[in-house]
Amino acid sequence: MFKQKKSIAKATKNNFITYGILAVMFAGSLIWLESGAMPRQFTKLLVPLCTYSIAAVSLNLVVGVLGDLSLGHAGFMCIGAYSSAVFTNIFADVITNDLLRFFIALLVGGIFAAVFGFLICIPVLRLKGDYLAIVTLAFGEIIKNIFNIVYLGIDKSGLKIAINSSKYTEIMSADGKTIINGAMGITGTSRDSTFIIAFVILFITVAVSLNLINSRTGRAVMAVRDDRIAAQTIGINIPKYKLLVFTIASFFAGLAGVLYAHNLNSFSAGAFDYNASILILVYVVLGGIGNIRGSFIAAIILYALPEILRSVGEYRMLFYAILLIVMMIVNNNDTIIDMRKKLVAKLKKNKHKTTANEGGDI
Amino acid sequence: MEFLSAIIAGISLGSIYALIALGYTMVYGIAKMLNFAHGDVIMVGAFMMFIALTKMGLHPILCIIFGTVICTILGVVIEKLAYKPLRKATSLAVLITAIGVSYFLQNSAQLIFGAGSKTFTSLFGSGNISLFDGQIIISHNTIVTICVSVIIMIGLTLFINKTKTGRAMLAVSEDKGAAQLMGINVNKTISITFAIGSALAAIAGALLCSSYPILSPTTGAMPGIKAFTAAVLGGIGSIPGAMIGGILLGVIENISKVYISTQLSDAIVFGILIIILLVKPTGILGKKMNEKV
Repeated sequence: MFKQKKSIAKATKNNFITYGILAVMFAGSLIWLESGAMPRQFTKLLVPLCTYSIAAVSLNLVVGVLGDLSLGHAGFMCIGAYSSAVFTNIFADVITNDLLRFFIALLVGGIFAAVFGFLICIPVLRLKGDYLAIVTLAFGEIIKNIFNIVYLGIDKSGLKIAINSSKYTEIMSADGKTIINGAMGITGTSRDSTFIIAFVILFITVAVSLNLINSRTGRAVMAVRDDRIAAQTIGINIPKYKLLVFTIASFFAGLAGVLYAHNLNSFSAGAFDYNASILILVYVVLGGIGNIRGSFIAAIILYALPEILRSVGEYRMLFYAILLIVMMIVNNNDTIIDMRKKLVAKLKKNKHKTTANEGGDI
Repeated sequence: MEFLSAIIAGISLGSIYALIALGYTMVYGIAKMLNFAHGDVIMVGAFMMFIALTKMGLHPILCIIFGTVICTILGVVIEKLAYKPLRKATSLAVLITAIGVSYFLQNSAQLIFGAGSKTFTSLFGSGNISLFDGQIIISHNTIVTICVSVIIMIGLTLFINKTKTGRAMLAVSEDKGAAQLMGINVNKTISITFAIGSALAAIAGALLCSSYPILSPTTGAMPGIKAFTAAVLGGIGSIPGAMIGGILLGVIENISKVYISTQLSDAIVFGILIIILLVKPTGILGKKMNEKV
């Protein structure tokens, strides 16, 4: 009983550290931004950083907490981005309050992604391991492919939709407004994503994820992850929890998609291919599987890294690749982990010695 | 007749997928890892052959040998440097490392050869054979692709089942610990697997770029993913499964390209994959996983 209390207190403390880091980062970047000293290349990065952090945190719910490898997370971002951008473009003249419209767009994007996440999860429930990974990858590619051929426009007689350009020009009147232009994607979405909104959503994502993990539901989900059969034996309803986590993760991925769509003049489904999904997965794994704090920190560092490496010019992606490999090996090789531990122990010992000798002023 | 030629072209494309899928499935069976860099080995192989053909002016056969040798060495080096230190790590850690290797190969190729795409001249000539008074036209590439793939598949099956090394590979994929106790050098066996897989990828690269003559640093990515899909479709870890999965995938892709929509062909391929996995969750020839309590 006593022990349990202590561990809960530890979890709470841990959560507050996470919120603290977020608050400091937010305040720091806001002050830097408002002071006008932030270079343009960084101001451009703020919203994407939040977007990818949200995507990474939500993917961590699936990969880290639920224990299922998903390679199609960008697909849900794609659904969120398209549904919300279509909404914003249709209602651009109806709802003139930018903030209100963006708020509804966020809900639209999130809910659409969540519904698709739910629907996709139902057939996936039967699969495990790499088979599940390939099916999520397949769904991601299907979503991308379908959005790539859709043409959608609006004219006086209502919405027009077609799956090839010749048919589209046939049914569409000349004075109408094209919203989705096939593989060209969506152009001219109102750029409503601001750093503050993006950050608030990141904060909400982190808070929901942490609360989920430390709840009764979260513990049930992690029990499924650690031992499926044991969890089943004690009466945990596995499909229910899988659906729940998958839907929540898709919802937040959808929100990330909304932020993405409203941050750019134009975007297309090609941006949400499996490479994007894998990029998000890299953030999750490097940040620590199941570690929410690690996910957004890794997302921020790794997303900003190629920008920072701009000084090495065209070699930057090469550096990035080497860094990725080296980091994985350093973090996962037993011999190197042992060496690191010994080194740390040695350093600590030396520190003690010097403090003893010199009276502690280092 | 149109249907028949669509199927023949599909089999040709499918046998390329099958060759790549063999590399995926063998490495998966033995090292239990998804080698996402496998697709990029195809690209490296194709670039090497391109250089050998245009810059060194070698005979096409020598070009293929040159590319294959380089890729074999590359595969072994990648395994030693990047994957071997992670033998005991989680599969996700190895997966991310493989992605790192994939980025590395793509970006190195981009730095060395430039980002633009090059036109690959077919290594097998550009003639056609027409059958039934020209109702079916089959290019030399298609014939060579199918023949080469069939020879390789038969050779590989014989190698795995009849030779000592091949059976060592089977033993390692079955149970690494027990294989080691039987005196099998596990590290060497894994290296050989990577070598064979990369050599197959190089040959697949030659066949692929001879039929679809555009070569760029990302050439290998999509065929790599498709071949991975094929390997899973056939049951990952199963060698005949990879062959069946690859050919099936190629035929489905080509038929949907001809009869439904070029842009939707990928979606159809992946859709069929999902349906098959829902009916048989471990692929066509995959072993049923027994769960122990």
